[in-house]
Formats: sequence, structure tokens, C-alpha cells
Amino acid sequence: MTAVAIPPTHPTLRPRPVSDVLTMLGRSLLRAVRYPALTVFLVVGPLVMLVLLVYVFGGAFGAGVAPGVTPGADGRAAYLAFIAPTLLVITVVGGATSVATSAAMDAAGGIMARFRTMAISSGSVLSGMVLGFLVQALVAVVLVLGAAFAMGYRPDAGPSDWLALVGLLVLLGLALNWLCVAMGLHARSVESASNLPMVLLLLPFLGSGFVPVDTMPGPVRWFAEHQPFTPVIDTARGLLAGGAGLDGATVVQAVAWCVVIGVAGYVWARSLYRRERRL
Amino acid sequence: MPTIPTEPAIQVAGLRKSYRSRSGDQLVLDDVDLVVPAGTVTALLGANGAGKTTTVGVLSTLLAPDAGTVRVAGHDVVREADAVRASIGVTGQVTAVDELLTGAENLRLMVRLAHLGRAEGRERVAELLERFALTDAADKPVSTYSGGMRRKLDLAMTLVSAPAVVFLDEPTTGLDPRSRRTLWDEVRALVAAGTTILLTTQYLEEADQLADQVAVLHGGRVVAQGTPDELKRVHDAGTLDDVFLALTEPAAATPAETTTTDQEAVR
Ligand SMILES: Nc1ncnc2c1ncn2[C@@H]1O[C@H](COP(=O)(O)OP(=O)(O)OP(=O)(O)O)[C@@H](O)[C@H]1O
Ligand SMILES: [Mg+2]
Repeated sequence: MTAVAIPPTHPTLRPRPVSDVLTMLGRSLLRAVRYPALTVFLVVGPLVMLVLLVYVFGGAFGAGVAPGVTPGADGRAAYLAFIAPTLLVITVVGGATSVATSAAMDAAGGIMARFRTMAISSGSVLSGMVLGFLVQALVAVVLVLGAAFAMGYRPDAGPSDWLALVGLLVLLGLALNWLCVAMGLHARSVESASNLPMVLLLLPFLGSGFVPVDTMPGPVRWFAEHQPFTPVIDTARGLLAGGAGLDGATVVQAVAWCVVIGVAGYVWARSLYRRERRL
Repeated sequence: MPTIPTEPAIQVAGLRKSYRSRSGDQLVLDDVDLVVPAGTVTALLGANGAGKTTTVGVLSTLLAPDAGTVRVAGHDVVREADAVRASIGVTGQVTAVDELLTGAENLRLMVRLAHLGRAEGRERVAELLERFALTDAADKPVSTYSGGMRRKLDLAMTLVSAPAVVFLDEPTTGLDPRSRRTLWDEVRALVAAGTTILLTTQYLEEADQLADQVAVLHGGRVVAQGTPDELKRVHDAGTLDDVFLALTEPAAATPAETTTTDQEAVR
């Protein structure tokens, strides 16, 4: 073999954050296509919960979430309407737990070290992951919503409500994905990367996700009323009900929580990206 | 003193680096001095755990030096990290490829991150696949590659941006004899084209064959630096193996002992 090498280039420095983020997003989506099992997993979890909760518990629970509803078929329909928004939120949380694993895998293998030695926009590696999993989560949300439809769910949302719902889920997804990227980079191993994010999956249960908050005992109720998922789920539920019973303060709280979580996650993740790791 | 036409590609003076852990600090590099002239190959040798990977980590901006000055391609690795990154290519000891993508996709990812044009990028990918005998496997996922194929892809990815300074940490570990020769040819061709290369290896014959200059790392310092022939002459040894064994004898590890006391003194 006669090797004739390319002469070295002496590049001028020109950061291209947009191009780098799009390249990394492309990588993330290509990985999603190559490994579809992950997206399937994102849909299957919420789907199982939806079917189980509606068909097993729904008949009885429905009477508890909507006044004047009788147990049985009516109860099931009422409970489906109550938890469908929750499951959309849970689908987004599920996406975020996968980001943590993915970030930990990149950090454990050599590829993140390679990216860190390259003259690329330093946020692009993580941004690509965050956005890629956001797209995956939104695809999963559409599929879960389709399943709820098939079970008889008929939301009253108008076009502007749908738009606002998409905005809310995107904001929530961005916030949780940044937080979970940081959790994944913080984890000591790939196996433990999803431990911290799992706690996030519990929060909807300790909030307004599956039963009204005012049915809970004192301390639990206090926690439920003051944790981020309650306003987020209430907002999603209100929007899907066409704005019925949705007050401005709840929306503000939901957005504020997302912004706080997102900014904190972003700052934490960016600082962990440059942390020294075992080579 | 003769006129120096260009600044050395790598200049390391007084480099110190320790790892912090709960069980206390471990001083790995105590006082490393190293100069690699542009357009040459230097082989960094040292026993397992001597700090070769740590040195490459500092030079490639992955690890921050605790003390000393480190300049690569004319830029300071701490203050001008991005300028250094724009000039280097790194193949680490751990293979750094995306397992889920194909070989060609991995290379195209590097093309896009190097901001190469479409046509130029396509050409470069085809050329690198050819040079590393990966054309047939180009469209297969990397997860189906053998260890040696991954290693070759890793090297090809490093070369996509045509970096001025290339770091290769044990690049031929796991390569078959033919692939190893291919890599040697590649290294020679790169150097002929003006690239500077710092490589680490445990195959001293490889260092003898390839390197213009050999540096031996021991006890946190570069204990010898020179051409392979110089080192053999000075140490009255027939092979680099003998030089290596003479220089890295545990009994000769006085610098390692002094480093710990040095460190205590610093604290
Ligand atoms: N992240 C880290 N934290 C703590 N100690 C570390 C870390 N990385 C390396 N070390 C220690 O630093 C020393 C030097 O390691 P390094 O990997 O640089 O050696 P090396 O010369 O490349 O060895 P090898 O030939 O085995 O690749 C070793 O004792 C190792 O245990
Ligand atoms: Mg090493």
C-alpha cells in the first residue's frame, strides 16, 4: 500500500454552534432509528399503565375523580379522561430517563472524550442528545394519545389548547432532558444512570396524576401541592378539557417549574461535561 | 544557536498532574519536559501506569495540568484550548466510535463536525475507508466489527480533519501484522505530509521503526529522550527493549519516591 496522506490543515477558528447542534441531533436520531427498541419501550410503559388503570381500576376510581359519575362504564370513561393527560406527561418523563442512560453510555465509552478533543461548540454534544430524545418522546406521546383515543378518549381541546399543550410538553421535555443528561453524566456507571431519574417517574403518583390531591392525608397532600408535576399535570388536563377549570396561576407555576428545572439541569450538565473522567 | 524555523509542535515544561480521590492524591506526572519538533514522530514509552495516557490527556485538553506549561500547535492547552482542539486529532487508548452507526456514518459525523464541504467530505470518507481497508464494511454497523476493524475506524475518524498534530495512544494494540504495517505506512505518510505525531506503544520495535525520537516516562518524569540510536548507544544496549528495561527498573525509580515527598512538601 502506498499511503499518500492529506497534508495537515491549519484551520481558522470559527465556531458553528447551530451546525454542530444539528449534526449531533442527526446522530441522536440516527441512533434512535438504529435502535428502535428504545422508542418502543417509551410507548409500552405508559400504554400498559393506561390499559391497566382504565380497565382494572377505572370502573371504581372514576367515581372518585368526577362527581356524580357511577361506577362501571361511566367510571372508566371518566377515569380515562382524568389520567390520559398524566400519561402524556409520564411519557415525556420516560424519555428523559433514557437520556440519562444515553449520556452515561457516551461518557463511559470513548466517544465523548473524542468529542471533547474536537473544536466543536461545547454544548452541541449534550444539546443533540436532549433534542433527539425530545423528538423521540414526542413521537411516543402521539402514539400514547392514539391509544387513549382508541380506548374512547375524546378531549375537548380546541386548536389553541392543542398548541399550548404541545408547547407545555416541549418545555417539560427540554427541562427534564437537561436535568437527566446531568444525572447521567453524574452517575458512576451506565447501570446506575437511570436510578436518579426513576425518582421523577414516582412524582406524578405523589401529585395530581392519578387521584385528586384533596383526597390525600395532610403531609402527602402538602407535598403534592408543592411539587412540580401537580401544576404541570393540572395544566395539561385543563388544556385537554378545553380550558375548563384551568386558572392562570397553575399555568404560571407549571411554566416556572419547567424553567427552573431546565436552567438548573442545563448549568449542571454543562459543568459535568468538562469534568475530568477516567481515560 | 541555529535559527528555529517553526515553533515545536509540542512543548511541555514542568508538567505536573495528580489525580484526586477519596483515598488521597496520586501524583502521576511530577515534572515532565518534552519537546516534539513539527513534522516528526515521537514515541512515548513507559511501563504500565507510568502516565502515558495521562500525558496524552493533558496534551489533548481532556485533563487540566496542575502545574507547568503545555503548548500544542503553538497554543496553550489551558488558555487556548479551542485553538489546540482545532489543530489536533486524538485516538485514545479506549476506542471511540459510535457502535450503533455504520463505519461510513461515523466518518460522515466527523466530516460534519470538521465543517468540511460536502464534496470534499465525501472524497475524504471514501479515501479513508480505502486506506484502512474498511470499504467493504463501510455500511455495516460498527457493533458487527472486529476489535481491529474498530481500531482502524477509530484512526480513520481521527484523520478526517487532517489535523496538524496527531496523538495515538497505543494505536496498534490488537491489530494484526498487516494492519500494523498499514498503520506504520500511514504514520510515515502523514509525517511526510507535514503532520506531527506523538504515539505511545508497548512494542518497542515499533518505536524503533517509526520514531524520530523516543521519550521514556518513568517515575513521573521523562528520564530519557533522543533518537532510538542515541539511546541504544548511551545505554550500551542492542535493542530499545534493553534500553527500556535499564531505564524503568523498579530500583531506578528514585524519582517516584522523591515525588511523594515533594508532594508532601508542597502541601
Ligand atoms: N481517573 C483517574 N483517577 C485516579 N487515578 C488514575 C486515573 N487515571 C489514571 N490513574 C492512575 O494514574 C496512573 C497512570 O495512568 P495512565 O493511564 O496514564 O498510565 P499509562 O502509562 O497510560 O499505562 P498503560 O500502559 O497501562 O496504558 C496509574 O497509576 C493509574 O492508576
Ligand atoms: Mg495508557
